[in-house]
Parts: sequence; C-alpha cells; structure tokens
Amino acid sequence: MVNVKVGVLALQGAFVEHKNVLTRLGVPSVEVRLPEHLENLDGLIIPGGESTTIGLLAQKWGLLEPLRAFARSGRPVWGTCAGMILLAKEVVDGVPGQPLLGLMDITVRRNAFGRQVDSFEADLLVPVLGDPPFHAVFIRAPVIERVGAEAEVLASLEDGTPVAVQQGHLLATAFHPELTGDVRFHRYFLQLTA
Amino acid sequence: MEREIGTDTVKRGLAQMLKGGVIMDVTNAEQARIAEEAGACAVMALERVPADIRAQGGVARMADPEKILEIMEAVSIPVMAKCRIGHFVEAQILEALGVDFIDESEVLTPADEEHHIDKRKFKVPFVCGARNLGEALRRIGEGAAMIRTKGEAGTGNVVEAVRHARAVLGEIRRLTTMAEEEMMAYAKEIGAPYELVVETARLGRLPVVNFAAGGVATPADAALMMQLGMDGVFVGSGIFKSGDPVKRARAIVQAVTHYNDPKILAEISRGLGEPMVGINISLLPAEERLAVRGW
Repeated sequence: MVNVKVGVLALQGAFVEHKNVLTRLGVPSVEVRLPEHLENLDGLIIPGGESTTIGLLAQKWGLLEPLRAFARSGRPVWGTCAGMILLAKEVVDGVPGQPLLGLMDITVRRNAFGRQVDSFEADLLVPVLGDPPFHAVFIRAPVIERVGAEAEVLASLEDGTPVAVQQGHLLATAFHPELTGDVRFHRYFLQLTA
Repeated sequence: MEREIGTDTVKRGLAQMLKGGVIMDVTNAEQARIAEEAGACAVMALERVPADIRAQGGVARMADPEKILEIMEAVSIPVMAKCRIGHFVEAQILEALGVDFIDESEVLTPADEEHHIDKRKFKVPFVCGARNLGEALRRIGEGAAMIRTKGEAGTGNVVEAVRHARAVLGEIRRLTTMAEEEMMAYAKEIGAPYELVVETARLGRLPVVNFAAGGVATPADAALMMQLGMDGVFVGSGIFKSGDPVKRARAIVQAVTHYNDPKILAEISRGLGEPMVGINISLLPAEERLAVRGW
C-alpha cells in the first residue's frame, strides 16, 4: 500500500469517513475540490452524499471533464452510493439534466428502496473479498438496473439486484464500506492502483 | 441476508451523507425546487420560516401534512420536517408521512416543558438543537442521530450560532485533555450520560454529525461556521427572506464546499442583493428567545 496517494472528492458528503479508512490503512489522501487537486494522484474515491449537490458543484467548478480524463488515464476510480450515480452512464429517477460523469456502462435507479425509513443494513456475499460476508449499509441507496457488457457484478442482493460492479479500473458500490469497520473494499480498491 | 432497518448506523449514516452541505428551510414546492437546483443536500419543510413565526407570534406547530407531502413530491433530495419539543404524536405523524428526518425543534412552541421525545422508539432519524455539550449529549442519549447548534433562528444574526458552536467545541476540547477519573464528575456537572462523555472524549468530537443553525444569512456566515468546525449548515429564513434567493442559495452552497478558500469566498459573495434584515439579539426580549427552549 506504500507510495500511493488517493484523492477523495470533497465537494459534499461523507468524504472524511473515506479519508479516515485510508489513514488507518497507512495511505495518504487529498481532498479534491478543484481540478488542480487531481494532480499526482494514483486513484480517486467519489463518496456518498447527495448526487445532485455533488454533480452541480463538480459542474460549477469545472471538474466534470478533468474527472473523466482522470478515469480515462487508467487510474482507478471508486464511487460509493452518490458516487456510483455520478459514475453511471444512465440514471433513472434522477433530476432532469443532473450532471453525470457517464463513465460506467450501467443504469442506476436513485433512491431505489424508498425513503430513509427503508434504509437498511445487511450481510452481503462478495466473492472477490472472500469470507466472511461483507456487512453493508444502504442509505437511501441506489441500485443497478442494467449492467453493460464491459461491467462485472461483484455483489447482489438476495433477489439478484446488483449492488456492486466493476468495469476494469472503475468500481461502484450502492452501499457504504466507509461506515463500517471492515476495510476489505478499500484494500480491494487500493490494489487496483498497482 | 436479513435486512435490519432503523438502526443507529442507518440513522446516523444519513446525517453523515449530509455533511459538507446546506439544508434549507422551504415553505412550498417552488422553494423546494429552487433549493434542490441550488445544490441543497436536503430541505426542511415548514409552514412558516422562523422570521415569520417570530413576526406573527401565536403557537407554532408541525406543518400541515398536505404541505409536507407537496414538498416531498417536488424534490428527490431528503426532506426534513419539524415537530414540537416533546410532541411525540406529531413525530409519529411525520414518520407515517415518510419524511427522511425529524427536527424536534425549539423554533416551534414546546409541547412539553420537561421531557423531550424518546427518539429511540422511531425508525426515522431525529436532529435536535443544543447550546452546549451537556444538552447535545442528553439529546443523543434520547436517540438523536444528529445535532445542530441552536443559534437564534429567524434573526439573520450569526452571533448565537457562533456562541453555541464555540461552547460545544470548546467543551469537547477540554474533555479530551481530562483524566478518565475526572469524567464522571464532569458528566454530573454538565448533566450528560457518562458513557457518551467517555465516547466523546475518545472520539474528540460528538458521536453524531453536528451542523450549525440559527442566524446564518451570508456565504461568509456559512464559511465561518465551517471553519469553526461544524459539519454543515442549516439556513432558515436567510435565503427566502433575502432579495435574491436563487443567487444567495447557490452562493451559500459554494461557500460550504470552499469554506477554507478566501479567494473563492470573495468571488461568490459578490452582488448577491439584499440579505435578510437582521435583529440585534441584545434588543430581543427574553421571552422571544427561542434557543432557551429545550432542557
């Protein structure tokens, strides 16, 4: 894990929680609010928060194209919850004109489980992480409705709905590994920077 | 793969997703859409903003469910709504409506002058006001998933918000330097649950997200609260009682993201039109102060 520096998009949302996990893993991290903050980073995490807010701020400060270029350069990018929405090509139940990065060939439904009273925790089988199951926290969470040919499902709910996908060096989870003590997803992401 | 709902993690987790954001008071669908388009991370559905509650007087209660549903229909971001302190039936109604967060708020007329709601009985998370660490930890002890410093709502004057933020954060700083054997006496002194005092000392911060509220009227006010160490900002009357709500709402959202960058703050503070007219707290009669409500 040495010698990598990871950016966390810090426009709005739970970016400190991701930074805290990275610190625990001994990985230095940088808060990204402007395009110049992307320099010299080996990977980027787009945290949970409100996807409409994060999208508007990214647009306003000229970050959309630099973020796309960052991902196209082959460096890993991981979106959790709102971050997954931003990475998606297509969003159902979004706000019309909501700015997206459109990097992953997936269709995501926003607030797919309903309102906050329907938010939940559950144990998920994630084969790439091995045993035990991953305790996942879903907060007003999105789900993945369509997975394109290039993307691979990493985890699904019991009814088969995909909630974690990978497309090459791009990773998206509908839940929040930064809210539990389990660092395996962060380790998995960091290993993509190698 | 059993699903657990309404857990502390899920309740506190939503508050964590709101961090670094602005929660705006709105009184109808149109204002809610303006707030969402400006980048608000949530809206607070109200019948009257605090400045009007102040001006009109009388008993302030939970908003008409019709009004709250209209706002929930209008936007995709989380919708909060206020109930009176201790009025657990208003809270039950708000939970049944499906609001995403309940604010047990001193801005409304209290329904119980001794007890707050037992918030652990609910699946929906609660935010509560606090003026100091003891009050914040008592609310967390009752199950609040988020705290907001009270400030003095509806005044457009940030001085009380600063006072309460400094009180909470200063007391936490003091706590982190305390020997463990001093914590029981300190818990007694501030009237807070001992376990939460110990947890706060260990974390060096409140165990839940802590927003600023009550008097934020400008981008500079919002950035001030962020630099003091708050996790985000509530703006009540400050937006829709100003000359150009759209512009001001956008500017305050930008200010909370770039709170540490004076050059950007200077740029976004330009030409925002008239801010809301403020009130000097020292000229406010004691019975009109909202922050003293809550126990």
